[in-house]
Amino acid sequence: MCEKVLKINNLGKKYFIGERVSYTALRDVLVSKLKAPFKKAASREKNFIWALRDVTFDVNDGDILGIIGRNGAGKSTLLKILSRITRPTTGSAEIRGRVGSLLEVGTGFHPELTGRENIYLNGAILGMHRTEINRKFDEIVAFSEIEKFIDTPVKFYSSGMYVRLAFSVAAHLEPEILLVDEVLAVGDAGFQKKCLGRMSEVSREGRTILFVSHNMHAVRKLCSRAIFLENGGIEAAGEPGTVINNYLSRVKDAQLSQVWEDMAAAPGNDAIRMHKVQIQLTEDEAEQLTVWTSFKIEFYFWNLEPGLKLNLSMRLYNFENILLFNSTSVFESHWHGKPFKKGLYKSTCYVPGKLLNDGMYYIDLLFIKDTTTRVCHFDNLLTFEIGEEEASRPGKWYGKYVGVVRPFLQWETEYIADPAHETKNV
Amino acid sequence: MDKDFYKILPPRKGVSFDFKEMWDYRELLYFFIWKDIKVRYKQTAVGALWAVIQPFFTMIVFSLFFGILAKIPSDGLPYPLFYYSALLPWTFFANALIHTTNTMVENQRLITKVYFPRIFLPLSSVLSGLLDFFVASSILLLMMVFYGIVPHWQILYFPLFVLLTIVTALGVGLWFSALNALYRDFRYTVTFIVQFWMFASPVAYPSSMVPAKWQWLYGLNPMAGIIDGFRWAVLGKGNPPGITFLVSFTIILILLGGGLIFFRKMETEIADRV
Ligand SMILES: Nc1ncnc2c1ncn2[C@@H]1O[C@H](COP(=O)(O)OP(=O)(O)OP(=O)(O)O)[C@@H](O)[C@H]1O
Ligand SMILES: [Mg+2]
Repeated sequence: MCEKVLKINNLGKKYFIGERVSYTALRDVLVSKLKAPFKKAASREKNFIWALRDVTFDVNDGDILGIIGRNGAGKSTLLKILSRITRPTTGSAEIRGRVGSLLEVGTGFHPELTGRENIYLNGAILGMHRTEINRKFDEIVAFSEIEKFIDTPVKFYSSGMYVRLAFSVAAHLEPEILLVDEVLAVGDAGFQKKCLGRMSEVSREGRTILFVSHNMHAVRKLCSRAIFLENGGIEAAGEPGTVINNYLSRVKDAQLSQVWEDMAAAPGNDAIRMHKVQIQLTEDEAEQLTVWTSFKIEFYFWNLEPGLKLNLSMRLYNFENILLFNSTSVFESHWHGKPFKKGLYKSTCYVPGKLLNDGMYYIDLLFIKDTTTRVCHFDNLLTFEIGEEEASRPGKWYGKYVGVVRPFLQWETEYIADPAHETKNV
Repeated sequence: MDKDFYKILPPRKGVSFDFKEMWDYRELLYFFIWKDIKVRYKQTAVGALWAVIQPFFTMIVFSLFFGILAKIPSDGLPYPLFYYSALLPWTFFANALIHTTNTMVENQRLITKVYFPRIFLPLSSVLSGLLDFFVASSILLLMMVFYGIVPHWQILYFPLFVLLTIVTALGVGLWFSALNALYRDFRYTVTFIVQFWMFASPVAYPSSMVPAKWQWLYGLNPMAGIIDGFRWAVLGKGNPPGITFLVSFTIILILLGGGLIFFRKMETEIADRV
């Protein structure tokens, strides 16, 4: 049982940055060549980052390895190398058995093709043979619960149906090693449940799973081991509880603000790059973030695509991974509905005091265009803790307040009458 | 469970091709081609008819203007037949280039999410055009019956020239698809290249119009040798493969070899870039 299925040795990945910000135009290359024919093309050699460096670890058959770390720590890069999408710059990885992943759910689906046709196409893309797809076809359809629409082009599917079918194909791949990257970030609660369910099934069958997640609860529950990546290197590895505590204490240090100075290396994509997220208290007297203090969350971001009509959508989760609420900037009065120019922006979200319970929270942030289309999303952008407020606990009871929120609601008690009249007047 | 370890290593200096892997993935190539054809035929109402319309109407226009009005010689062949026999491989080639150029960018989501032999993208783009080609060929057959032209023994060379057209389209397509992934404005130049290329090929005129001492130079355009050979194989007229063809053939091999190497070198970078 303790055979190794994955041996990773000094794995490193260097990305040249600037490349992702905008692609090169042939026109520009030619123009610059004409202007200075003997100058070598602008050297990008200096602008690189090590997304992964000197990563060494082994995975045994049947392990469920949790991979945690902050945004940009290199988690996705690691999985991309293992699934052979990109190649490492240094080191090696040795893999035994078929690698599958839940990260490409629905890639390769073609809207014009029917559900049936897409099952075959997607199956083949994921590496299944036709005979294998034939064999599993009925099972896939049953699992996706879309029997009736199997011969309808998927462009007519609702997004829920689409995801169900796509997931169903991916879930039937039966790889020896399953890579899972933030599946919990996509889809609704039902879908997340299905993913987690499928993962525990796979693990019960004794297969190996590498699970990247910001959801500490899930990592703690599902994983047999964990590694904590920081700046591309392994910061801690071992028993999930210990590694998670290590991670959380590190995150706590950095809480209340995260800054990315270099735009090219900041998380984001061609349209949006994060610059800074920070929490600030809005009352002057307040010193600490507690259940009573109001605060604001400031998002600094670069918009790189002129003309986007953006709005922000923030989701607040607690550490049991319960979504408390989703708040959007659509009632914001300065920029909402207007096309954003290129440049750096700051959006601020004000959160009242006397609303949240004490505990750890994290936020996801989405950038939406035209109030409908997702442009970019950031999972676990910031983790913070709301502390207890002594004044909020008069009396002698010091236990944990139960409940997801802790709103400060108004109460009123009146004296109505003495016991003799009790039943008559009410 | 006695599988071997697969080793993932940094890209090395040289270029190598994993033919065994391509063979293992062969069903995917089939599915890519199948998808291309299916989608294309679903999107156009006229479906298979479209494959014929394009070369057929070009043939009519050429016959009218280049033939009847400009009186360009046609090696003694009826104009429609003369033009159509060249437009057949040419249309396949031109469409293959236009499709292939975009394929890496169109499939970038796939490239950044799943591994498969990347070369299948340009390869399937080229091969999926074959169905259109064969549909359009049936019209040539009808025209030959109409004009009472009986194929000679040269018709046996027909498959060879089809194969060469495919190889040329792939050779150039590999270059174009990789270039377009690196420089995304490249595709705007492709329409222009294709137009220019057509007039540098014996589509609208016979290659016999090119002076004999320049024939070898003319052969540097691989489509010159191919289209000439095509007419010769199907209609039995025109130049049998000679110096032009030999030069073209060499160029085709160079294009394909270079294309394979260039594509292979670039495919690693493309996944990081798109
Ligand atoms: N194709 C690329 N080109 C340049 N830089 C890249 C590329 N892909 C990733 N990076 C950079 O590499 C670093 C690691 O990225 P990676 O996506 O692996 O982080 P992550 O741990 O998955 O983060 P998250 O939690 O946000 O998903 C980041 O700084 C990122 O900007
Ligand atoms: Mg990631």
